[in-house]
Amino acid sequence: MKKQQMYIRMITASLMRRRSRMLVALLSIAIGATILSGLVTIYYDVPRQMGAQFRNYGANLILTGTDGAFSESDMQQSLSVIPAGDLVGAAPFRYENIRIHEHPVVAAGTDMNGAKATSPFWRVEGEWCSADGQIMVGKNVAESFRLKTGEMLTLSFTPENADKDTADSTLDLEITGILDTGGKEEDYVYLSLHDLETLAGAGGLDVCEVSVSAQSEQLKAYTNEIGKRTAAVSAHLVKRVTASETTVLSKLQALVLLVTIVVLALTMICVATTMTAVVTERRKEIGLRKAIGASDRSIIGEFLGESMMLGGIGGILGSVLGFVFAQQVSLRVFSSDIRFQWLLVPLTILVSVGVTGLSSLLPIRSATEVDPALVLKGE
Amino acid sequence: MSLLELNHIYKIYGDLHALDDVSLKVEKGEWVSIMGPSGSGKSTMMNIIGCMDKPSRGEVLLDGVDIAKESAKNLTAIRRDKIGLIFQQFHLVNYLTAVENVMLAQYYHSLPDEKEALEALDRVGLADRANHLPSQLSGGEQQRVCVARALINYPEIILADEPTGNLDEANEEIVVDLFHKLHDEGTTLIVVTHDPEVAEVAQRTLVLRSGKLHKEIVNENFTGKIHFEDRQEVQVNA
Repeated sequence: MKKQQMYIRMITASLMRRRSRMLVALLSIAIGATILSGLVTIYYDVPRQMGAQFRNYGANLILTGTDGAFSESDMQQSLSVIPAGDLVGAAPFRYENIRIHEHPVVAAGTDMNGAKATSPFWRVEGEWCSADGQIMVGKNVAESFRLKTGEMLTLSFTPENADKDTADSTLDLEITGILDTGGKEEDYVYLSLHDLETLAGAGGLDVCEVSVSAQSEQLKAYTNEIGKRTAAVSAHLVKRVTASETTVLSKLQALVLLVTIVVLALTMICVATTMTAVVTERRKEIGLRKAIGASDRSIIGEFLGESMMLGGIGGILGSVLGFVFAQQVSLRVFSSDIRFQWLLVPLTILVSVGVTGLSSLLPIRSATEVDPALVLKGE
Repeated sequence: MSLLELNHIYKIYGDLHALDDVSLKVEKGEWVSIMGPSGSGKSTMMNIIGCMDKPSRGEVLLDGVDIAKESAKNLTAIRRDKIGLIFQQFHLVNYLTAVENVMLAQYYHSLPDEKEALEALDRVGLADRANHLPSQLSGGEQQRVCVARALINYPEIILADEPTGNLDEANEEIVVDLFHKLHDEGTTLIVVTHDPEVAEVAQRTLVLRSGKLHKEIVNENFTGKIHFEDRQEVQVNA
């Protein structure tokens, strides 16, 4: 039999035949590994989770024309820079001054699906426009003109430079919803780009609000790339959103990191205490091993082997339970599933083995100080 | 040259002289008992001969090497290579089976050999108990495992500290018989005991009292067998 085989046989026997004793040590390691693995999973998934949350607060990228309005094809060319997976939505806007009952009002032509995606916080009393011939009016506009959903509304438009004899163009639209945002949108009316074109004639886009699921640095990269690719369009970050997203994210990650370090320290203390108890309990065995010829190196190797094997088993348990833990936290805090990070499995096992080995070093070192003559003394 | 030679050994703890100018010689293949009451210095002498302690003064020659001058690391190596230890409390690793306990000594010495370990257990009559844990063995059986472990590496000396102290008469006889067999095979035996019956079996009995070698009794009628019915007091002259 090779020495290594006997070594494995000994440490396996120690763990398997002393199950009740080792279970306590294993439990402390597994709990530590579970919390560590769970927190690291959350740490890495937080940007994705928070990104999704922040997308509810509106667009984080704005496209404007470098020289006035820009065309839809310019917009599409700009958006092609952003991978489909990162693009949450894009809402083009064309603004025109129109009149309702001879009072000036700003009309915004947009793609309703895009607006829904970039502005999920908009509250619509009634329905979103789903086809041409429909309009949503801002809450203030509705109050000023006493408008209600289901009513028909006539919009009038006077082209620029039109002479006195030119008749205003008009368009009758059905009010499907009253828009309540708490912001300037309540002073506008929203209709499809096609309807606005029918009313006001052909025209370019004034702005395009884009919602992208990406970190600040990546957003900056997209911005630069858009500038390079489409001369007619310049992209800007909505600093209010991106800056607060970055701040919240970094603070949250720092918090998770801090908790992870605290848990790591507590696990180490717990393992060190357990291993100290194990060494104290096995002083006679250590004395016997030394008496029959075990060197200090052998004693260290055997105890370290035991603790590292415990660490490995604890790490395997921890990586599975850690995912369950992270999943529960994610479901309760972010109301969404978490992604299983395969890389975390070997990482958790390695960290668990390392931490267990490291925290066992001092207690194991004390094992080599056992004097066989003292502990084996007969009665 | 004697296998073991103690020359003017002292072991002093503060004012206490645990061993006080003790000298003795043990020849290869000899069976020697060390006897004495509690506190006479038996255990101290056992620890020094077993390389688990060093004398305060004096020379301990084992196979010509003065072990009193060796480092702790070297003493471990000497213990591993030259000495087989048997204890009163048996001291087996409780989560290893009988055969694994025997293989443990091989593991530290050279290479574990299960077949050889099983043969050693067979020699002490425990072949059928090889895969039992110590908790599943009687006291006598545990002590026989210790004997198998002590002899597995063919040591120069088997050093037994009160080997029958925790055994009943039947098991005591089995263990002494095992010593007799080992002695017949040429193994040097040093048995530390306070039991006169066990001491008398040896070829020579050294009696310690208050750290000094008080008396040496040579067994003229050495048979290596224990006889409870012939029990006699060992006379120790002051």
